[in-house]
Order: sequence, then structure tokens, then C-alpha cells
Amino acid sequence: MGIFFSFSVVVALTVIAFAGVWIPGMQYFFGVVIPYLAVLVFLVGVVLKVAKWGRSPVPFRIPTTCGQQQSLPWIKHSKYDNPQTTGQVIIRMVLEVFLFRSLFRNLRTEMNDGRVTYGSDKILWLAGLLFHISFFIVLIRHLRFFIEPVPSFINMIDALDGFVQVGVPHLLLTGVLLVAAGGYLLFRRINNSQVRHISLPADYFPLLLIIGIALSGIIMRYFVKVDIVSVKAFTLGLVSLRPRTPAGIGAIFYIHLFLISALLVYFPFSKLMHMGGVFLSPTRNLANNNREVRHVNPWNYDVKVHSYAAYEDEFREKMKEAGIPVEKE
Amino acid sequence: MAKETTPEELVNVDYEAPKKDWTETPVEFREGMYCYGSRPVYLQEVGFPNPREWSPADEDWKLPENWKEIVLTAMEERLSKYRSFRVFMDICVRCGACADKCHFYIGSGDPKNMPVLRAELIRSIYRKYFTIGGKLLGKRAGARELTEDVIKEWWYYFYQCTECRRCSVFCPYGIDQAEITMIGREILNLLGLQTDWIGGPVANCYKKGNHLGLEPHAITSNIEYLLDDIEEITGITIEPSFNRKGAEILFVTPSGDLFGDPGTYTAMGYLMLLHELGLDYTWSTYASEGGNFGFFTSMEMAKRLNYKIYAEAKRLGVKWILGGECGHMWRVLNQYMDTWNGPADFMEEPVSPITGTKFENAKSTKMVHICEFTADLIKHNKLKFDPSRNDHLNVTFHDSCNTARGMGIFDEPRFIIKNVCNNFFEMSSDATREKTFCCGSGSGLNAGENIELRMRGGMPRGHAVKRVQEKYGVNMLANICAIDRAVLPPLMDYWAPGVDVCGTHELLANALVMKGEIKRTQDLRLEDLPGVEDDDDDDDNNEEGGE
Repeated sequence: MGIFFSFSVVVALTVIAFAGVWIPGMQYFFGVVIPYLAVLVFLVGVVLKVAKWGRSPVPFRIPTTCGQQQSLPWIKHSKYDNPQTTGQVIIRMVLEVFLFRSLFRNLRTEMNDGRVTYGSDKILWLAGLLFHISFFIVLIRHLRFFIEPVPSFINMIDALDGFVQVGVPHLLLTGVLLVAAGGYLLFRRINNSQVRHISLPADYFPLLLIIGIALSGIIMRYFVKVDIVSVKAFTLGLVSLRPRTPAGIGAIFYIHLFLISALLVYFPFSKLMHMGGVFLSPTRNLANNNREVRHVNPWNYDVKVHSYAAYEDEFREKMKEAGIPVEKE
Repeated sequence: MAKETTPEELVNVDYEAPKKDWTETPVEFREGMYCYGSRPVYLQEVGFPNPREWSPADEDWKLPENWKEIVLTAMEERLSKYRSFRVFMDICVRCGACADKCHFYIGSGDPKNMPVLRAELIRSIYRKYFTIGGKLLGKRAGARELTEDVIKEWWYYFYQCTECRRCSVFCPYGIDQAEITMIGREILNLLGLQTDWIGGPVANCYKKGNHLGLEPHAITSNIEYLLDDIEEITGITIEPSFNRKGAEILFVTPSGDLFGDPGTYTAMGYLMLLHELGLDYTWSTYASEGGNFGFFTSMEMAKRLNYKIYAEAKRLGVKWILGGECGHMWRVLNQYMDTWNGPADFMEEPVSPITGTKFENAKSTKMVHICEFTADLIKHNKLKFDPSRNDHLNVTFHDSCNTARGMGIFDEPRFIIKNVCNNFFEMSSDATREKTFCCGSGSGLNAGENIELRMRGGMPRGHAVKRVQEKYGVNMLANICAIDRAVLPPLMDYWAPGVDVCGTHELLANALVMKGEIKRTQDLRLEDLPGVEDDDDDDDNNEEGGE
């Protein structure tokens, strides 16, 4: 099963990092070489992938319309589910990207007493949204390791994130939420027979990897504490392209860093590219205004057709008999 | 119609997915679930490649020698031509939101009918031959070899998809299985793997102008039958014109409306409405098909068939085009026609000659939906109705997938129905508007030999109707689609017996008070209107309209 394979890979990555940094000289490799390579692969990979998508044209304007079209002025137009203008498309996309609007529609279809029934099913939407938002905020929070002095908005986010004021250091909610939501998505993948049936190693692996990253981060912050000053000195060195071999940072940090590197390398070749793809989906990012504004297909070509003249040639006598006007008597 | 399986048996659907990996479950062709293979002559008539005698039930499909190369080259070409295809191959996260949204999955429980898995059928091949991960890691990366069994599997399941786009509504990235099915079918077509039920209409439409293969004189005589009935019902003689140059408007509707009931009643509705308005319009025998079965074979074929509409509009010199009630016809007209065969700059921006309303939303294609046209007339009080003539009907409305999710025409037909009927009831919002369910027979699947598939696919729609039948006594299922009018009657007989099917303009014409009409005692079906006294006691001969 895909999950065991994926789990083994994540464990193997963890072991490699943990074991590797004990070998003299390998700290530079894991702390500097690998992260730089990973970022490089990530950036180049993502750009190439998006460029590849971009090279394929959009021959037809095919939005999926999810509401009333704009037609007569007195019929209420569903602007954001069936956009007619670019502005409306942008709002549709914002709702999609930030609020997962389509997923919000989710229903659970069941058979009850021989009848198909539909129930509301927002858990996938909620878990998905929490997972992504938490991940995003965690990323933003991490900017404090790469910028000096730390911008005030990051301190604000930190304060908000830790508003429950539990423990020392303060518990940051998004980290926990990230693991919880990721855990639910993983549970759902295993527990729901339909989703299990469609799941590939490529579905378990990134989920487990991200959970691993989050867990190693949590362990580092609350349990096996690392020297935060050295970490910051190290990360600042990385971004300023004057990397220094980190000294005295615990192995857990290298595990965290190595798993992140793995995610970065994996990203462009995987379904994680949905992050960019969602913006390029022709069923969502186009207006339903084909009848108002002509869409041009760059590879439109002439086709063989059956002309009226050929049609009339074949049926002229029958047409005349039926009193249908003809071009040639 | 074969009814070996009762509805009580058919609802025993198990949604628990099997433990076994789907790639290790070879496709099994179950009778009643697929269409016959196309006769070679149909393919030859339009120049489709690799025509031959074959049957899906055969072990040997007699694929061309280089079939693998054909498939992979075709995939590569389409990956570079359609961003939709390329992006949809890459970004699915298999969240499963689409899984239980497909009517064929709901009706069959076959996991390969989950839209995500139907897409994986082709995505797995994409990974194997077009991605680094798939080439290197194979099965671990969700890739698999392209074999003849894969082709069979594609064929079986791409013809168990009606391209209804319901999955796309729920997908967080808008991945549209219709798009993938269309491309899948297009590739299968290159191997000569067409269905007979699609191949026939395509060949007919190409040569004769319409799916049914009605020759010009048959079109006029079919309409004459309808006119006779109209005269009997209303006392009004109508003389429509055909292929008339200089008419202001060209009227195009699916040919199904001219042939079988209840579509013919809808055609009678058009004839009566357009006559009552005194509209300067013409029918065409050359562009006598609004629908487009080519759309179920390849983009190129669809374009070749669609060509006639603009060509005829140009030849006749009309100002704009009015289109009848049809589902996939409007998906094509709304999303493809102008791109394929436009620009339609030889016409004028459509304006209703009755109300002066400009149809701004159609100013480029110059083609207006009759429900837009009629709703505008009603809003401007240009029509007189006696809705009580429809009082014996408790009406509900079925949104066709294509007009719902490929256009978004929801409120125009409802506005019309509410103005001409006193008893209108909506079905559950989980089964209408953008969440509407397919009739189960769209995209060329309305054949006879796949009846079990159709009944299964139509189950969600059937159940939704059954509910309003029980709750409100609904006995009429209105729609704006010719395929619906052809396939919903048997579906209703199966899932909700006692519910009849009609087009929206049939209801309208029933209620339409026409200038100079006699007292109506019959509806368009030549059935007595309940509660209306028949003054002169002539015996009605219940003739079927159109033969």
C-alpha cells in the first residue's frame, strides 16, 4: 500500500539527516549544500513547469458556470459563479484560492432506504482550509529567521498566533493546527474507502512529509530546544549568500531542514503544483462571455465541410418538389 | 425497453470501494452498459480513420498496427494544444470531492466511474510516457503501461461519462472530466473506435444537415404534420418559410424536435409563438440541426458540423440567429461556435423586433436562446396567456447539464414556466441549477443497447423527481433540451412512473392566447383539456405527430 512506502521514505529521510550530521564535515553538506540545491531545484522546477503549462494555449473559453448567466437586465446575474467580466473572474478566483469556494459546496451522497440522498459535508473544506492557512502562516512566521531586524508584522502574527499564552515559549496555534488538519486529511485518506481507493503514494508522501516537518519544528520549539541565536545566525548567512557552517545546533534542526529540502525538491514534480495550477485552470479563470466577446483559438485551422452547394446538388429535385427555394434551377 | 432489472434491485448500489488496486482490476464489459461499435460506413462517410467491423464484446478489436504510436502522438499533440488537458493531468490532488458527484458512480458504484478515477485512467498513461517521475518510478508514481486493455478500459468508461461537468463544479481546481472524456474519445476515434449511435447521426448530419438524416422534403412534410395538428387545436393556419433569403432571423433547433414526441410538441410551440409574433424568420433544411453529435467525437468534427449554421445565415442574409431548446447544442453555441467558425461579422447585433431589446450578451455570436427571447417578450407584456390551460399539470423543471454548467441559463426558462403555469414546484437544490443531474443519456449515450447504464445514470434525477411527485403531485417534467425530451420519458417510466416530459415552449404554447384562435379544447398533444367543454362534438383521431 502506498502509505507504507511513503512512510518509509519519510522515515528514511529523517534517519539520513539524523545520522548524516554526526559524520564530520557533513554538517556543511546538510546545512548548506542541500538547502541551496533544494531551493534551486524548487525555483527552476516551478518556473519550468508553469512555463510548460503556459506554452499550451487556451483554444476555447470553457468556464464551468455555477450560477445564472448575464442575459436580460432584469434577471439577477450570478456575478462570481458565472463571471462575465475580468473583474468578476478575479473575484471568483480570490474566493476559490483563499476560501476554497468549490470545496465548500461539497456534499456527501448516500443511499438511504433505496433513495439517493445528499448531506452537507464541510469537513473536507474545513480541514483543507485550515491545513493551507496554517501552513501559510507558519511560513510567514518563519520569515523572522531570514530578516533582521524582524519586521513588526511578523511579531504581530506571532502574537496573534500565540494568543492563548500557554507554556513557555508560547504555544503557536498554527503549528498545532497544521499537524491536526494534516492528520485529519491523512485519516480521511485511509478511512474513507473511496479516497483510499484512489490514493497513490504521491498522495501520502507529501502529507506525511509536511506533518514530519511540522512535528520536527514543534519538537524543536517546545521539547528538544536548539540554540535559537545560532539558528538565526545560520539562516541569515544562508539568505545573505555567506553561509557559515552552523555550530552547536542540535540534530533535530538538521532533520527539520532536510525534510524541508526534500519537500522543495519534490514540489515541482508533484501534485503540489496545484498551488500554481489553480490559477491556470481554464474552467475557473475565464469569463463566460463567449457570445459577447469572440475568443480566438491560436491553432484554429480550416476543416473540410459539406457546402450548401453540394447539399443542393444532391437534393435539388426533392427541394423543388417540396417548394423549397434553390440557388440553381 | 428491457426492464429485466427492477428499480428496487437497481438501487442496491454499494459505495464501499474494493480493497484491490484499481490498476489490477481489468475492465469487464457488462451487457447493457455500453453501446455498439460504429459501422465502418459511418466513419467512411466523414473520413474518420480506421473504419472496420468490430464489436466491443470481441476479444480482438483489430486495432491498427501502430495503435500505440497513434495514441501517444495524439496525447502529446493535445497536451501541447490544450492548457486544460495539460494542467488537469498535473494538478489533481485526489481529494475525492468529485467522487460521489457523478451520476454514473451514484447509479453504479463502479469505482472507475468516480470522475477522479476516470481521469486517472488516462493520467496513469500520461505519467508513464510524459513525466520524469512516471518514467523512473513506474507504478510507485501512479504510472502504468499502455496496453490494449487500457484502450478497452478507456472506451468503456469514456462512454460512461456524459460530459455533464457536475464534477467540475465541486473540484477545487475546476478539473473538468468532460474535457478529459472529450480528449479521450477523440483519441479513441483515431483508432476507429466510435459508437454506432454517435457515428450514424454524425454521418447523417454531415451529408443531410441533421442527425436524423431527414432530407429537405421530409423536414417540410414533418413540419406540415405539426401544422395540421396546430390548425386542429387552434383553428389557425401557419405557413412557415424554409431557406428563405432576406428573412430577418434564422431559426435553428435540434432535429429531434421535428421527429419524435414529446419533442414535436415543443416544435409546435415554436411554430405557434413565432407565428403569433409575426416574426420575419425562416427555417433551414441545410442547417437543420442545432445539436452537434460531432462534439462527442472530435473538436474537428464538431466544427465541421457547426459550420453550416453560420454558412447558412450568411447565404440567406439574415440579421441574427434564434436557437431552440437544446442542451449540448447550447454548450457548443455558447462556448465554441464563434471561436471555430466566427467571426459572424456579416450579421447584426441581435435586437428583438418586438420589444427592441438588444441582446448584448450575444452581440458577437449573433445567436440568441429562445428562452432569452421569450422571457423578454413576457416581461414586456407582448404575449397573452391563459395559464389555466396548464392547470392539470404540476410542473417541475430539469436543468440540462450543458445549459446549466456550460452557459448558466437558469432563470429564463423558470420565468417562462411560472408565467404560463399555475403549478410549479422546484426539486431539491442538490439536484437543480449548477448541481443538476444529467438525464444519464447525454453526450451520445441515448442508445437502446445501453439501457441499464442509462437507467443507472438517471437514478439521481429519477429519485429527485420521485420526491416532488410524492410531495407535490408533480406530473410534468419540463426542460430545455431535445435529448432530455427523448430520454426522460423512459427514465420517468422507470423511476417515477406517471410523470410526463415536455419542453418549455410546449407549456407556453398551451397557454398562449393567439389572435383569431378557436376555443381551445385540446392541448398540443391533442388530449382534451380537463374542465373545458367541447362545444362541437367531433371525434378526435389521436394521430401521432410526425412520422
